[in-house]
Amino acid sequence: MRGANYDVHKVATAPVNWKAIREDFPILREQAHGHPLIYFDSAASSQKPRVVIEALRNFYEHENANVHRGLHTLSSRATEAYEKARKRVAEYIGAASADEIIFTRGTTESINLVAQAWGGKFIREDDVILLTEMEHHSNLVPWQLLAERTGFRLCFVPVLDDGTLDLEKLPSLLSPEVKLFAFTHISNSLGTINPVAELCEKARAVGALTLVDAAQSVGHLPLDVQALGCDFLAFSGHKMCGPTGIGALYARKEILDLIPPWHGGGEMIVSVALEKSTFKKAPHRFEAGTPNIAGAIGLAAAIDYLDRIGRSAIFEHDSELARYAFDRLNELPGTRVFGPVEERGALVGFVMEAAHPHDLTTFADQYGLALRGGHHCNQPLMRRFGVSGTTRASFYFYNTTEEIDRMIEILHKAARFFS
Amino acid sequence: MIPEIEELYQEVILDHSRRPRNFGELPDAAVRVHGDNPACGDEIHLAVKFDAGGGLEDIKFTGRGCAISQASASLMTMKLKGKSRADAMGMLRAFHDLVTDDADEAPKILGDLRVMKGVRNFPQRVKCAMLPWRAVEQAFEQGAGEAIVSTEPA
Repeated sequence: MRGANYDVHKVATAPVNWKAIREDFPILREQAHGHPLIYFDSAASSQKPRVVIEALRNFYEHENANVHRGLHTLSSRATEAYEKARKRVAEYIGAASADEIIFTRGTTESINLVAQAWGGKFIREDDVILLTEMEHHSNLVPWQLLAERTGFRLCFVPVLDDGTLDLEKLPSLLSPEVKLFAFTHISNSLGTINPVAELCEKARAVGALTLVDAAQSVGHLPLDVQALGCDFLAFSGHKMCGPTGIGALYARKEILDLIPPWHGGGEMIVSVALEKSTFKKAPHRFEAGTPNIAGAIGLAAAIDYLDRIGRSAIFEHDSELARYAFDRLNELPGTRVFGPVEERGALVGFVMEAAHPHDLTTFADQYGLALRGGHHCNQPLMRRFGVSGTTRASFYFYNTTEEIDRMIEILHKAARFFS
Repeated sequence: MIPEIEELYQEVILDHSRRPRNFGELPDAAVRVHGDNPACGDEIHLAVKFDAGGGLEDIKFTGRGCAISQASASLMTMKLKGKSRADAMGMLRAFHDLVTDDADEAPKILGDLRVMKGVRNFPQRVKCAMLPWRAVEQAFEQGAGEAIVSTEPA
């Protein structure tokens, strides 16, 4: 059952006042072209609550210094706050230890780290890396780059017409040559929620490691890496109310300890001689140079904020919005809505006969409605469905069904205007 | 209706996007240019035939894209048929200024193409409008055979 692993962090909480929560986000008071902003592009980047903005400000006003080397007061404060943030990230995703969390710039950098540092050492010419047809370019191009160097083969789990993975093909694709199965938790253009625990278990049975792209899921639902059984998990802070430029890679300790350094420089060394250096243990071995200290602290503030609301409640609310939007979009004439009917992440991709996605998003923007039009870094998937792009409405807990109703009105106007 | 939208999507533009002129194959084309806008996946296949003086004897296109790129291609092919290389490139520069500049007076040589001036209020859409023009520029550069042009040079 797909929903099974979402209950891990479930705690009984009072019903959330979703309307009041909008007050936490100063930007939602903005206008666009003289209309109240309707922000339906959270899958690209979420908005930030005041507590996150304040955390950044507080760091720069009271704690700012470099980490891990200064012996002065501010350096101690910064180091403590930075390592506390790492611990907070570990707790948030259910990692066994903070040592399993590497701070990165985001999902893309996390996946590139695995491809280059782990893949560069352990993947041989005869190996296979298994991906799916629904991967974001960030979980496709890093493997293509490595394959060009190493010569191994990439295989793909096909996507069915309903937007789910063709799991019947999985047993034949998971051959003994597969060393890694890397897949997205939630598709950023279809909204499909993949059965992560099941996929990890099947990969494990043939001795393959697993990497989960959690960019679209980690801020939207309860998630526990140990319950999921994945070996790597990558995500970005900015899609979960955190700042841009910060994200993390979770890697299971036994695997992390075998991976050689990636970037070289300060912070990641034990001692350096002119010819040779020795390196720190993970995770610091993978964090060369001054890290995004403020970003990590902002991410921890975002995590505190999300946990106060409760991720089960967020998931329920987001799913309700997505289901409502899915049904209402289906009422529009000449509209094709992509992805599964049941169980979807907080987004809906669609095309309208009357208007191209770019014309539609330009039109909608004039009414204050922020949609995304294009291929969503999913070109192979767009080709799979025979379109050059789609229009995407993506939601977060600060959105409302009233905003979706307004979107439908605007899309009706657009359909009349363009046809 | 919102004025910027009305200015961008003038009736002429909507008409050309719904029923593009010179849309189709050109079997005896001298050059075929495949134009690509990777940012949105739009594509245009432009085919041209030159006259004895190197001017544009015939020009047709196929492909799919937004209303702006389709209308721009349709209006451009109507305008450029029979034009010399120098005239066509002069028009390209004038058209580029039209969709990027704030100048009040649009150059008269552009004629009907002046309906595209609303694009200047939408900087993200300039590439859509320019794609067919980049393709025709490439066709002159190439002179014969097949060519590729992209709004995002690799």
